[in-house]
Amino acid sequence: MLQRISTYLYLRPRLVLWLMLGPPLAYMFVVYLGSLASLLINSFFYLEEFTGLVVREFTLRTYALTLHPANREIFVRTTIMAAAVTVADALIAFPLAYYIAKFASPRVKTWLIIAVTIPLWSSYLVRVYAWKLILAKEGILSWFINLLHLDGVLNWLLSFEGIGGSSLALSPIGMFIVFVYIWLPYMIIPIQTALERVPDSLLEASSDLGAKPLQTFRTVILPLAFPGVVAGSIFTFSLTLGDFIIPLSLGNSKFFIGQAVYSYQGTGGNIPLAAAMTMGPVLIMIVYLLIAKRLGAFDAL
Amino acid sequence: MPSKPYSGPKAPWGLKLAALGALLFLHVPIWIIFLYTLTPDETTYTFPLPGITFKWFGIALQRADLWRALTLSLQVAAVATLISLVLGTLAAAAVYRSNFFGKEAVSFLLVLPIALPGIVTGIALRSAIGTLDIPFSFWTIVIGHATFCIVVVYNNVLARFRRMQGSLIEASMDLGANSFQTFRYVVFPNIATALLAGGMLAFALSFDEVIVTTFTAGQQTTLPIWIFSQLTRPRDRPVTNVVAMFVMLITFLPILFAQKLSAQSAGMEEETK
Repeated sequence: MLQRISTYLYLRPRLVLWLMLGPPLAYMFVVYLGSLASLLINSFFYLEEFTGLVVREFTLRTYALTLHPANREIFVRTTIMAAAVTVADALIAFPLAYYIAKFASPRVKTWLIIAVTIPLWSSYLVRVYAWKLILAKEGILSWFINLLHLDGVLNWLLSFEGIGGSSLALSPIGMFIVFVYIWLPYMIIPIQTALERVPDSLLEASSDLGAKPLQTFRTVILPLAFPGVVAGSIFTFSLTLGDFIIPLSLGNSKFFIGQAVYSYQGTGGNIPLAAAMTMGPVLIMIVYLLIAKRLGAFDAL
Repeated sequence: MPSKPYSGPKAPWGLKLAALGALLFLHVPIWIIFLYTLTPDETTYTFPLPGITFKWFGIALQRADLWRALTLSLQVAAVATLISLVLGTLAAAAVYRSNFFGKEAVSFLLVLPIALPGIVTGIALRSAIGTLDIPFSFWTIVIGHATFCIVVVYNNVLARFRRMQGSLIEASMDLGANSFQTFRYVVFPNIATALLAGGMLAFALSFDEVIVTTFTAGQQTTLPIWIFSQLTRPRDRPVTNVVAMFVMLITFLPILFAQKLSAQSAGMEEETK
């Protein structure tokens, strides 16, 4: 019996292909693409203010709401944060990636790569929680800053409108630190990959031709590593744009995109507005990806 | 073949220092959690710790709400992993053995849920659930998780297929085995560790997921949702510390094991070559 089925299937490779591809494709089409379609459709509905019910008619008024100054401010604030986090991550990641790719011995290299990947895979939520402990007013960072007698500087920083707050644990500065921390491995790995591909002979040639180490770094290594930096920035930028856990845990009443989406659909029950707001990061990411593609980031992935 | 390490100038000390700093920045925060499970302080996060106690481990063990959240999380992760194993392996096998129009699109479609920010997947599922008036349940969480777990299994299994020698399958068929026997005795043993590794990564991913879950869980509390509620409104600080450490370990161990499995099979292959 099995033999007959086997022969039957063997003679019909197309059928086998569809038997294998069918279930996963059906799942992704129905559940995932179906949901994305419903998201798009919902963004063209609107919430009737008086009844609190979603009116299922085509309208652009929900999109008009996303351009309301309060919401526009949210987009700007989130984009600035994402850009700042990306720059900081690139600056912190580069030396480590460079060391791993070009200086570490093979044994050390294996360990360093594991050390970079572990945080990537370990619980995101718990890592955010760790910073709640660290940044608390009475926590370890304040203790350390006091030890160095730098509390004046900290209070001065926290006094700024827009980035400050009552303590590091409740301020955009704190959020910035946590974002930088959480997405850092996503930046290190692509830079390291890009640097690994720079042939050593190129560096030797550069120094043979009389370039000083710093010159080689600036004119040979940096341009070749740049696509890696752009590749990493896709992750840090996109992940910061969409996150709502960190702003909800450490932020104040000044919303970020993810937080706005979360609260519109939750307490507000306004799924159309949440859906339309989500199109913001999606659009920003599409533009970003197009630029990244031109800069050669996809070859570095 | 590994390339010869660059034998140019030694790393300048400034570079070493910056690399070390980045490494510490990545790891020290995780150690802090382990430290805080021992604090006797119930209302603040005071450092240095005012003392040392082990009582929170016992107290956390007796919390019924935690056990319920843990049970739900484990059940969701188990079912989501099972679905991903079946669908991910099928997709990997199809992509490996045949050429068909739109092959690249399959990979793209599978990777999309983790390439787009989690909130997009979350709110998309939420809007579908709302539009179709589906009640929130165990299954809404599972279906949400499976969408982004499939790709993990798919990637692992596909990578293994590509390293497997196609001649093995041909030999098995030539020697008279039917497709089922070939799968049972040749293909399955070859991909078993990839299934295990992919399955464990999918499990860890699902067990820890919070962003999509917030949109698909309704009133149900998984363990990450419990932690998230403590992040925004801390009520049980010391118990949360213990839970945080526990979650860290439970996600960390499968990942370490999965990495070891992948490294081992890669190593075995090097030897046979």
